[in-house]
Amino acid sequence: MSPASPSTSRTRGAAARTLPPRAGLGLKPAHFQVILETLPQIGFFEVHAENYMVAGGPFHHYLGRIREQYALSLHGVGLSIGAEAPLDVAHLDALAALIDRYAPQSFSEHLAWSTHGDVFLNDLLPLPYTRATLQRVCDHIDQVQSHLRRRMLLENPATYVEFAASTLSETTFIDEVVRRTGCGLLLDVNNLYVSCVNHGRDAAAYLRALPLGHVGEIHLAGFARQQDAAGDLLLIDSHGAPVAQAVWDLYQLALDVTGPVATLIERDNDIPPLDVLLAEVGAADGLLDAAQHEPPSGRRPEHAEMPA
Amino acid sequence: MSAQARFTDALLDPALPCPEGLMTWNGSDLALRFAVYRNNVVVSLVDALADTFPVTRELVGDEFFRAMAQVFVRTYPPRSRVLAGFGRDFPDFVETFPPAAPLPYLADVARLEMLRVQAYHAADVPPLVPAAIAGMLAEPRQLPALRIGCHPSAAILRSSHAVFSLWAAHQGRVCLSAVNPALPETVLVVRVGLDVQTIQLRPAVGLFIAHMMRGTNLATAVDAASADDSGFDLGEALAMLLRWQLITALHTGDHAHEHPY
Repeated sequence: MSPASPSTSRTRGAAARTLPPRAGLGLKPAHFQVILETLPQIGFFEVHAENYMVAGGPFHHYLGRIREQYALSLHGVGLSIGAEAPLDVAHLDALAALIDRYAPQSFSEHLAWSTHGDVFLNDLLPLPYTRATLQRVCDHIDQVQSHLRRRMLLENPATYVEFAASTLSETTFIDEVVRRTGCGLLLDVNNLYVSCVNHGRDAAAYLRALPLGHVGEIHLAGFARQQDAAGDLLLIDSHGAPVAQAVWDLYQLALDVTGPVATLIERDNDIPPLDVLLAEVGAADGLLDAAQHEPPSGRRPEHAEMPA
Repeated sequence: MSAQARFTDALLDPALPCPEGLMTWNGSDLALRFAVYRNNVVVSLVDALADTFPVTRELVGDEFFRAMAQVFVRTYPPRSRVLAGFGRDFPDFVETFPPAAPLPYLADVARLEMLRVQAYHAADVPPLVPAAIAGMLAEPRQLPALRIGCHPSAAILRSSHAVFSLWAAHQGRVCLSAVNPALPETVLVVRVGLDVQTIQLRPAVGLFIAHMMRGTNLATAVDAASADDSGFDLGEALAMLLRWQLITALHTGDHAHEHPY
């Protein structure tokens, strides 16, 4: 089979029903023009939904033009699925309007809360993992999926504290949410690594405990290093640095199970020129290509398990 | 009080202790870890204000700006999940922030910067084509009752300070040392296509456009502008409306003859 020409492959990606199993990039206004001028080989772009909840102007102009060329992931950061209060229906309507307008291949949100009353805290805040929280999160995700009439992906969080009230592990909690609501998992490998370091967990074991058969997208990003009061390493999910080697290693481990999955390079702070990010996109694409030719271990035929 | 209410209060008020019920795997002091959340909330919102108000920040310096913005963020955290409009109340806050009192022009510079952000994200409405406007202007009988629909990005700022010159100095357009901040200036902000324009107007022209934007008829707007400045030039004012593509609709007083442009 001859390889598709670049423009054919890009156009087909734009019209596809799902995100392609390739590397994608967070779309930043600083890169709007260079993307349209150079049409780089990128599997998809991802935007934060709330940034595009504006009436008009350049954001919509450029996103519309870029969407014609590329697949799109719509990633919410303000729905506050973990909030004690009911979901904001006006916000759901605004999401539905964006989905109608841009027909993204994927919609995702976070296992977190970010609002209290009408105050928006602009951060992804942690939840205790209890039966009560589980019920609330599942109810909210049911409501999201029925309001938007589509399956959503839920992202595992980066956290800095734990709750004494938690009775479930984070992986059990996420597994239950996925099982009960039918949502997919947005596996954020950086969040996973950050949380495991911050809470003294074994990252590989944590990864294996997640519902990896339901991963619809993977996020890769960079972190910052601090120390906690005991002198132990405390990682901050900064999205302001290149992807760390430990995160690449875990990503490879994940791909061994999931096979190739749409993978986002996320950089929201200290944004470098597009070329620098394209190099990371290329690195992820290299691992995805290799995973393409390697049957996923989860689905490996019996004889492959036999000793040589 | 719910757990998330206590968590929220502690995020916004550093004098409060960490919320109860938190723990760490190694038994380390929670304050430092909870500070990550406090920092994320406040710093991300201060950064958002710094992006919206770059000239305000330059005028007072980064340290002063961030200290002022922190007080604002903690006192008036955002009430919307869409941060594009966050900071609308910041100019009023700056005006009453005692440490900023020695810079009486600062709040209006912030107002100008907020108008620019609002113009950037305002709705896309095509301007009327010049031929449609020329057709209306060719019917002098209709002119006194003429009202316009104005582009949603347009705004007039009438300041008793040199708000345009201060802003322009920070774009490298004029030399800051040549600016007398005590001179009143009037500014039009409008987005033409994708570009936000910032234009200095004669005060009476600004007053005229402000009246027209509010839906006042032409005769009343001319009277107001002429009362403000006997030298008001209607031709110049109309030229501004046309040049910056402010007119998106024309209405005459006679609804039977409404121009459906």
